[in-house]
Amino acid sequence: MESATSPPNTVLRKTPLNAVHRRLGAKMVNFGGWDMPVEYPSSGGLMAEHRAVRSGCGVFDVSHMGDIRVQTGKSAGALAAVQHITMNDASRLAIGQAQYSAMLYPEGTFVDDVIVHRLGEDDFLLVINAGTREKDIAWVRENTRGFDCQVQELSDAYTQLAIQGPRAVDVLRKLTNANLDGIKNYWFTHGTVCGLKNTLIARTGYTGEDGFEIYVPSDVATSERVWNEMLEAGKEFGIVPCGLGARNTLRLEAKMALYGHEISEKINVWEAGLERYCRMEKGEFIGLAALQKARAAGLRRTLVGLEMVERGIARDEYRCLNEAGDVVGLVTSGSPSPTLGKNIALAYVPPAMAGIGTPIWVEIRSQRCRAQVVATPFYKRPRKTQAV
Amino acid sequence: MAYPTEYRYTKEHEWIVVKDGIATIGITDYAQHELGDVVFVELPKPGAKLEAGKIFGSVESVKAVSEIYAPASGDLVEANAALQDKPEILNSDPHGAGWLVKVKLANPAELSSLLDAAAYEAFIAEKQKEASS
Repeated sequence: MESATSPPNTVLRKTPLNAVHRRLGAKMVNFGGWDMPVEYPSSGGLMAEHRAVRSGCGVFDVSHMGDIRVQTGKSAGALAAVQHITMNDASRLAIGQAQYSAMLYPEGTFVDDVIVHRLGEDDFLLVINAGTREKDIAWVRENTRGFDCQVQELSDAYTQLAIQGPRAVDVLRKLTNANLDGIKNYWFTHGTVCGLKNTLIARTGYTGEDGFEIYVPSDVATSERVWNEMLEAGKEFGIVPCGLGARNTLRLEAKMALYGHEISEKINVWEAGLERYCRMEKGEFIGLAALQKARAAGLRRTLVGLEMVERGIARDEYRCLNEAGDVVGLVTSGSPSPTLGKNIALAYVPPAMAGIGTPIWVEIRSQRCRAQVVATPFYKRPRKTQAV
Repeated sequence: MAYPTEYRYTKEHEWIVVKDGIATIGITDYAQHELGDVVFVELPKPGAKLEAGKIFGSVESVKAVSEIYAPASGDLVEANAALQDKPEILNSDPHGAGWLVKVKLANPAELSSLLDAAAYEAFIAEKQKEASS
């Protein structure tokens, strides 16, 4: 047997909770240069972690994510800057609201996807991916130069914890004075959490479940205390620490894009199917002209969901074939789905093969395995029924 | 979990044991632990030829595929059918009910180049030390 993860050969970066993960016996991997937990055998492993988030709650250390603050005191320079470097319309955000968005290259392809939080009238927090931190901060500095705003990297100032699952709200309620019921999906507030005043509490996540992401000071003592208090408060709701393995299967079931897979510097917004987060009418932004041109030219490939019909698991980078055996596309993410009990994947294929039910073959170690296009997201959380 | 002393081991984390001229091959407890939840096992059919050091099958967990190398050469006489529906046996009993294949060995002398239990345990202890440093 050969392990898929190779031993680290460079100095890996560590989050403030690294020692906690190791004490818990987590399996650690090199994730974009970070020494991160992939699963915790003490939680029961990846499948158990995944199920805990779907049915109860789980907590993730996501401190490797980066944070960039763009602000001014006096003019609307920060808003103009954020509008220029992101594709969604930040002017539509109320203070206390967040949006999924992306930074694009002039070609209309992805620098990174981001969550833009409006902290104040002219004050924004961009949460970015770990593996793209340096590139992103350089990109933001370079492209906001002509605007009256300050750009500050806060990545190392925060320990970011994601508490996710239908019971996440019940756990967090025990630890905060903030009115969590008043925070809608993709909104945030500031409140006291574990005695820490003015903590950013956002109703966001990367699992397809309800949940929160909180941002606490990054010193080891505070980080460990909050982590431990979270686990203690969550005991009655079945909370478990969750690693990047479950984070990946959860986001895949919810069809949430992962940078370097579904989105990259080679894939544009239309291909990725993220048009509802792209506001062409808002005015100029980097990538707009190329996107207009690409839309007129038509799609060459599009992102679809696949479900394996024959036995076999499609994995990242496996090739997609048509019935004749011609290579027509590529799997971007593939895995067994713990919730559905099926093998699922996301793949780029020609638009003519994107219809629901279209047969597609995935090449798995030189064997052809039949799959079919299915509706996405693969999993959608049950909505609470409204009281009449 | 103890590593049976009558088994021989590879540095790729397979084990092999011979009884009445038939060898049984599996993956070690260390291997199943590294993989995590096993969800799929792909094995050749009876009659297939295994060649020492060559890939003959794969074991998949939720997060990864791992290929299995033959510790010795021979003809496959039986693949563990129970793993088709219950691949998780590989996690719960890797040295027993989770065996992969039974093989009629072509050259039993090949086993002399494999690790015994003590040498294998020393080998994985070294790997674990690397991982936690």
